[in-house]
Amino acid sequence: MSVLVYTESEGGNFKKASYEVASYGKGVADMLGTTVTAVAFNANGAGDLGTYGVSKLMNITDSKLEKFTAAAYADAIAQAAKASGATTIIIGSSADSKYLGSLLSVHLDAGYATNVMELPSSAAPFTVKRSVFTNKAFGMTEITTDHKLVGVSNNSYGLHENPTDCSVEAFSATLSDDDFKVQVQSVDKATDKVSIADADVVVSAGRGMKGPENWGMIEELADVLGAATACSKPVSDMGWRPHGEHVGQTGKPVATNLYIAIGISGAIQHLAGVSSSKVKVVINTDPEAPFFKAADYGVVGDAFEVVPALIEKIKAFKAANV
Amino acid sequence: MKILVCISHVPDTTSKINFTENNTQFDTNGVQFVINPNDEFGLTRAMWFKEKQGATVEVVTVGGAEVEPTLRKALAIGADSAIRVDAPALDGYAVAQELAQVVKNGDYNLVIAGRESIDYNGGMVPGMVAAMTGASFVNTCIALEVDGNTATATREIDGGKETVTASLPLVIGGQKGLVEESDLRIPNMRGIMMARKKPLNVVAPVATGVETKTVSFEKPAPKGDVKLVPADNLDQLIDLLHNEAKAL
Repeated sequence: MSVLVYTESEGGNFKKASYEVASYGKGVADMLGTTVTAVAFNANGAGDLGTYGVSKLMNITDSKLEKFTAAAYADAIAQAAKASGATTIIIGSSADSKYLGSLLSVHLDAGYATNVMELPSSAAPFTVKRSVFTNKAFGMTEITTDHKLVGVSNNSYGLHENPTDCSVEAFSATLSDDDFKVQVQSVDKATDKVSIADADVVVSAGRGMKGPENWGMIEELADVLGAATACSKPVSDMGWRPHGEHVGQTGKPVATNLYIAIGISGAIQHLAGVSSSKVKVVINTDPEAPFFKAADYGVVGDAFEVVPALIEKIKAFKAANV
Repeated sequence: MKILVCISHVPDTTSKINFTENNTQFDTNGVQFVINPNDEFGLTRAMWFKEKQGATVEVVTVGGAEVEPTLRKALAIGADSAIRVDAPALDGYAVAQELAQVVKNGDYNLVIAGRESIDYNGGMVPGMVAAMTGASFVNTCIALEVDGNTATATREIDGGKETVTASLPLVIGGQKGLVEESDLRIPNMRGIMMARKKPLNVVAPVATGVETKTVSFEKPAPKGDVKLVPADNLDQLIDLLHNEAKAL
């Protein structure tokens, strides 16, 4: 009855978020006195899974599963859980994991807790702390079923090394036509840019930038930090930036290590969506902007002066700290 | 086409969140309830199907009599009829079981739900309903077209989007993008008057139990004061981010 973690890969290589899921799985396995088994699709070997405490990888190699297909992935993971005897299953909080999680929950009759922030506070009853009310509160949630499914919030637990020998085993799942009722036709993904979900740092800008033509400095700041760019709701509503960049309550949630908000006043809906970021920096001309109350560090000043200066300072810092 | 729109009755986005009964219950005192924003985008898209492709639109929610004003608002926006499953919304699984029963009885071609509610943020109900009823499922759906028995949907993925085709019946977890914010409708007086006469059917729950229970709530620890750095001393900001916050 090991703990099963679903570790997402891209092009055969594990994503960083998968190592966080593995680390979390190891933490839960230690509480339960068991080991961690990972399940992955078309992975090139175990990568660094062993470093983060995984003892065994069940690798499903199937050309039909090269493109993410939620129903088929959920079916296959459920079969891996049954084959390994795992009753505790851990997944992440990427768009794909959230998509398949609810399907997996039904396959396994597993109570499902999403947006989980910490290791369980107790193993029996199995109780986890979840973020609720769009980060305005936490709920202590008990999963009362025999099978338990936990969706770990991105960047909440972090990476924890627990070097373990990780064996790789091929696993084949029996899939039906019903698993492929949804067919991917095309994927439109910027491969040269960091996505908001994967980023350690997010640089976000709002109406204070005055117009879409002024985003060059935002992109440059993101570039020097290796960050993703994001924006406030009015900015995406006005069409200055694509909808996919809108972060906040009705946009994307942000749970990053460093969130830099430039020219965003900080409406309650925006703050709710970004408040699980660890460190928040606000740059705004208005010292009364509500965002300053929610931020860790603030600069009261004109973005058009502060941002270019900050870019130079960070470049110098990076050059001195390589 | 027969469409079911699943509506969650949630606190308005600007609500202050507090708890009572020794931090075990959400304090609804003074809280305005609204249609969950993700569901409202889906409802508006359903109205588009009704007007352009001749669909019927039914709305459903799970809850006590207190949620009926939210259903009436959906009727005032233009839904044809409403169903209230008379049961408390205890957890995602319980709600999904009730909705699945409504879906099975109603023979819908398309079930539109929001990707998550802004109160308990479970994000699991749409997918569970799909799995329980054997329907196709597309989550984080930002565009949807239906032609005959096939839907073409765009799904938001991390760092981009993808286009998928799916056979009906289909359940979607929708969000902003299904329609633009500016397309959302405010009920007018005629709509409100008409909504009073539209059917709102209360149905008994199947009450199959729960899989999770939230035993208590807590609020985030109060945050320390912001540290302000002068705009002409950004070296200090770099230093704080590097040495104190360990974020650089």
